[in-house]
Amino acid sequence: MEAQKSDIIRQLQKDILLLQGFKACTTGTVVDVGLGPVNMAFPNETFPLGAVHEFISTSQEETAATGGFISGLLSPLMRNNGVTLWISRNRMLFPPSLKFFGIDPARFIFVDLHKESDVIWAIEEGLKCDGLAAVVGELADISFTASRRLQLAVEQSKVTGFIIRQQPRKLAVTACVSQWKISPVPGDAIEDLPGVGFARWKVTLLKVRNGKPGSWELDWAAGKFRHVPQKAAAIAPAEMRKTG
Amino acid sequence: MAKRFVTIWFRYLKTDWFSLRQPHLKEVPFVLAAPDHGRLVITAANPPAHTQGIDKGMAVADARAIFPSLEVLDDQPELTNKLLVKLAEWCIRYTPMVAVDPEDGLILEVTGCAHLWGGERAYLMDMISRIKGFGYHVRAALADTIGTAWGLSRFGEQASIIAPGQQSEAILNLPPPALRLEAATNDRLQKLGLNQIRNIMNIQRSALCRRFGQHLLQQLDRALGTEEERIEPVVPVEQFHERLPCLEPIVTAKGIEIALQRLLEGLCNQLEQQQKGLRQAILKCFRIDGKVEQVEIGTNRGTYNAQHLFKLFEFKLPTIEPGLGIELFLLEAPKIEDVASIQEKLWETVGGLENTGLNELIDRMVNRIGPGLIHRYLPAEHHWPERSIREAVSLTEEAVVDWRLDRPRPVQLLAQPEPITVAAPVPDYPPMLFRYKGKIHKIKKADGPERIEREWWLDEGLHRDYYHVEDEDGCRYWLFRSGHYGADTSYQWFLHGFFA
Repeated sequence: MEAQKSDIIRQLQKDILLLQGFKACTTGTVVDVGLGPVNMAFPNETFPLGAVHEFISTSQEETAATGGFISGLLSPLMRNNGVTLWISRNRMLFPPSLKFFGIDPARFIFVDLHKESDVIWAIEEGLKCDGLAAVVGELADISFTASRRLQLAVEQSKVTGFIIRQQPRKLAVTACVSQWKISPVPGDAIEDLPGVGFARWKVTLLKVRNGKPGSWELDWAAGKFRHVPQKAAAIAPAEMRKTG
Repeated sequence: MAKRFVTIWFRYLKTDWFSLRQPHLKEVPFVLAAPDHGRLVITAANPPAHTQGIDKGMAVADARAIFPSLEVLDDQPELTNKLLVKLAEWCIRYTPMVAVDPEDGLILEVTGCAHLWGGERAYLMDMISRIKGFGYHVRAALADTIGTAWGLSRFGEQASIIAPGQQSEAILNLPPPALRLEAATNDRLQKLGLNQIRNIMNIQRSALCRRFGQHLLQQLDRALGTEEERIEPVVPVEQFHERLPCLEPIVTAKGIEIALQRLLEGLCNQLEQQQKGLRQAILKCFRIDGKVEQVEIGTNRGTYNAQHLFKLFEFKLPTIEPGLGIELFLLEAPKIEDVASIQEKLWETVGGLENTGLNELIDRMVNRIGPGLIHRYLPAEHHWPERSIREAVSLTEEAVVDWRLDRPRPVQLLAQPEPITVAAPVPDYPPMLFRYKGKIHKIKKADGPERIEREWWLDEGLHRDYYHVEDEDGCRYWLFRSGHYGADTSYQWFLHGFFA
């Protein structure tokens, strides 16, 4: 009886989503990006592929954290021989680091441009190409019209797009399916061992279409995301300087 | 199929050029002269001078004795070749195979070209009248062999056309110099009273060979077509090319697009049949005023997809200036490679690096943003971070060595390490705090040091001791100290990257 009820509720929720005009990506295969509890924030409880995600970064450190987080998302997406296009001006991404997120850096194609207008053009062209697994673009600002064009492109090709907005001048409304902010937070010491340990981020979902925004702490450990319950993070020893 | 050749003879090539530049010279006798053994010798004479009996090889003093008011101009030794090459390039509109015949002529291989101008007669007449229109005295002939055509253009009737296989009858009445012989042989033949080729052909070959050498027989064979003669075209002919001569000059963008589409279809058909793909294509537009406009595209993998190639060209077409009109389009594929035929797949996996769509995307990007901006990296066998990756040559190049995973590497690497000020316990401890861009970061956790030696055989300098550190806010950095601690201040701390 209880199970039946939850089924009915889920079905009703799906119907509401349809009425709201939500179109699920129909690539046929469902890829679990391994976000764990974060998935609950999305419609149908799946990370939306074939959509454009926007990441806000206000400092160099946050850009690095965002780069790491996106690499983590890309690793299951690129598992099936996929190729990713990385489009930017003044790129600082260091390809060997991708290997630590389980991706072959040789499957990345870097497009290094001089003009912001070329970057947005290249992202759009890349998103139109269905031979790609994903397109990552680094931009400062993007207009609503431009983001709408990107969204229309991915609806055709089912490619997933990631836009990293470094130090955006204004946070205008965009047509992207979600808006994230990834910032680094201190990691746990593993069983009192010295050293830096796993990378840990505070993942904030600022906006998500048809979903529930929220904030989580995630680790990148043993080649996948690991959710860190909030209260555990609070007990972390305040003053502990370890060297090795 | 028998070959057909046209030879064009410019009787007064150099003097025509001078009278074109200085029109008043047209009616007056003038000669070009160059110093030779301490005297001025005539190297070319124009038609009025010629009728006075002045010819090349005479001394200027002798010519002045015949015609006192003769104008003498300095000869330009390189002029002949320059003019002939120019004219040969202009003649490419008639056939791709145009060669310079040293001194005063051009040789064109016109096999299969004449029908485009409505027959051989119309073809040859068009050629003659247009070159005449430039102001040159010209004689031309069309025959099966270069030898026959050459002889007829110099010694036969103007614009004679010899039907296939008729060359032996055609040369019977010509004088022996029509065979392109050496001067000494010509003299000897004349002294012996052999004034027509007919006389020579009646003599036994062995006797001819004994008296006049192998060269005479060879030239005779070449004229008759029993020995093949090759020409070296001024512009090498690409194996894969398409031509489109236009009835009327094209001036509109739409017209150029249609022409390009037609050429691409033809070329791609050709390529597909032979399982080739082009890597580079050049569209040449020959304008009415003799200028050639050209645009070029490249692809990163062999392709014979006409639509894709058209898209690449489309972006560059506006740079073509049609001027008064384009009369010939030529599409060449100088760089080609083998392509395996694409098999139809039952299901499409998410494409890898060989994906056609991806390759076409890269082509479009390179075409718009220019080369050198698209990179792909492979591991290199160096520990030094800046040298640990190298750029891949092609999209499909495989890594020879594995990517290293044993040491942490930052997600973001500064192109140039930035100096920082630190407070650190000596000698080998990580810093306690560092100041970067005016902000003090207190270090909570650290890994290291990882010493990376500079490869002395590549460049000189100090080694680096790298530390992976995390500050109180949780931001992770890659710092290094360059050099050893010591009493001297030769060491310096730098920030080199940001971890995720």
